Amino acid sequence: MSERALLEIRALHKRFGGVAATDGVDLKVAAGEIHALIGPNGAGKTTLVAQVAGQLASDSGVVHFDGAEITHLSPHKRALRGLARSFQITRLFASLSVLENMAVSVQASSGHTFSFWQRVDADQALVERAQAMLERLGLGDKHDWRIEQLSHGEQRALEVGMALAGKPKLVLLDEPLAGMGAQESAEMTALIGSLRGEFAVLLIEHDVDAVFRLADTVSVLVNGRIIASGKPEDVRRDPGVAMAYLGSEQEVL
Amino acid sequence: MNAARLAAFAALLAALALPPVLQAAGADFYLGTASRILVYAVAATSLNLLLGYGGMISLGHAAFFGLGAYATAILLSEGVQSGLVHLLVVIVAVGVASLVIGAISLRTRGVYFIMITLAFSQMLFYLVNSVKGYGGDEGLTLRVRSLLPGGLDLRDGNTFYYCALAVLALELFLLHRFVHSRFGRVVRALRDDEVRAEALGLPVFASKLVVFVAAGILCGLAGALSVNLQGYVSPNLLHWTQSGTLLVMVILGGVGTLWGGLLGAAALLLMQELLSAQTEYFEFWIGWVLLGVVLFARHGLAGMLRSLFAPKVRS
Repeated sequence: MSERALLEIRALHKRFGGVAATDGVDLKVAAGEIHALIGPNGAGKTTLVAQVAGQLASDSGVVHFDGAEITHLSPHKRALRGLARSFQITRLFASLSVLENMAVSVQASSGHTFSFWQRVDADQALVERAQAMLERLGLGDKHDWRIEQLSHGEQRALEVGMALAGKPKLVLLDEPLAGMGAQESAEMTALIGSLRGEFAVLLIEHDVDAVFRLADTVSVLVNGRIIASGKPEDVRRDPGVAMAYLGSEQEVL
Repeated sequence: MNAARLAAFAALLAALALPPVLQAAGADFYLGTASRILVYAVAATSLNLLLGYGGMISLGHAAFFGLGAYATAILLSEGVQSGLVHLLVVIVAVGVASLVIGAISLRTRGVYFIMITLAFSQMLFYLVNSVKGYGGDEGLTLRVRSLLPGGLDLRDGNTFYYCALAVLALELFLLHRFVHSRFGRVVRALRDDEVRAEALGLPVFASKLVVFVAAGILCGLAGALSVNLQGYVSPNLLHWTQSGTLLVMVILGGVGTLWGGLLGAAALLLMQELLSAQTEYFEFWIGWVLLGVVLFARHGLAGMLRSLFAPKVRS
């Protein structure tokens, strides 16, 4: 980890009233790695994601991404620099078809937003890129479906896929396995695994089994602080993690 | 898809044939009503762009109608009769006003956006009320109308009708192109979920501002037309109840549908015309119709027509 990290967070803080949701977080994510962030409910994981992606302004601290400070950039400018995110609660465009959802995500990174004359569905390059991404998610044959016709698992896959559409350098996945059945969960885990080397991933997840199977690096967030960070097997053995994360239970990880 | 194009073509032909048909039937009086419908259709369609496609609920849209009307009326009263000059001045004046108002208002969302657009329009309402040189609260009556290239005078009923029809047709065609364009898809996406659109890297604020200004200018053109139809402007054109009337038209006609503005304007103005002849309390009955549409036909008259003729067409 001595080479320059793709994402580097230093001394990040965020308070809500009297509660320190993010309390001096330092974190590095290297290019191409899958970095998992775990922690109990209320540890501040979703707050941290929102601070990194720009939906929430930080009280203090610095976020560096790809050689530049992005602490005060708007979410859309961060996205254009290659920092994408998915959401814990699915956020899709309900009045657009499956393909249109993906195409508008591809479009975001390819510009020409204000072109108002040409038919967008006549743009073959755009349609092909969007369709290719849908194939990868296993949604290729459902391109003309409405969002509400997709199963929960398919919506979650699209949720993650839309974050990948712009070919970002780093993608923040906020609990991609939330609410999934075993079969859907296995497919999503395989999808995330397939991202290794292509994208850097900061994976926020509750499902500890999946995390330890997928991650190159694991960090543990408790009460707004990173209490351990390292290779999965080292973190698994860390006594502080077992205590803080699992209360009095031991060796459950 | 083809059925929709056919229907549009038929509607255009019917609209083109209306003045000679009315004349032949000796019902010239209704040409004025038809013209009024066209003017309000232009305004309601512009609000539908803002509200139905852009998801921005403005309670101050009539301010742009009034600004367009006053810009034209002031030029006319100063002896400037060139329609091209009116067009240019309305576009610049309303464009600048909507850019400033939009740039400030769009920093807010939801009910705050409704309130701030309302506040701006009331400010302009009181401003034109206080400008005594151009009629103040009594309004301004005009003896002349805009002159179009080729010696056409908008004082003539038929000329005005065809001019208003051309503006509406152009507006609807632009809206149709916009809906199916790259930009149109971005705007629909951010209407559905602004946070997601921004997270994807879409320029949410700039996109909303462009829609706001475009809708403002189109509404200003409707205002310029209305001066030429009525020969009169008054501060009431900018009053927030006018914005409310435009909202009612959009909801009646169909929020976020291409034809909603036209259908809503036609329905409301015709209902007013017919019911006010029968009863003093026509607004009471219009209220029931509006209630029925909101409860049972969420896409308004346009949605009802669509499900009648093309049940499987997606929006």
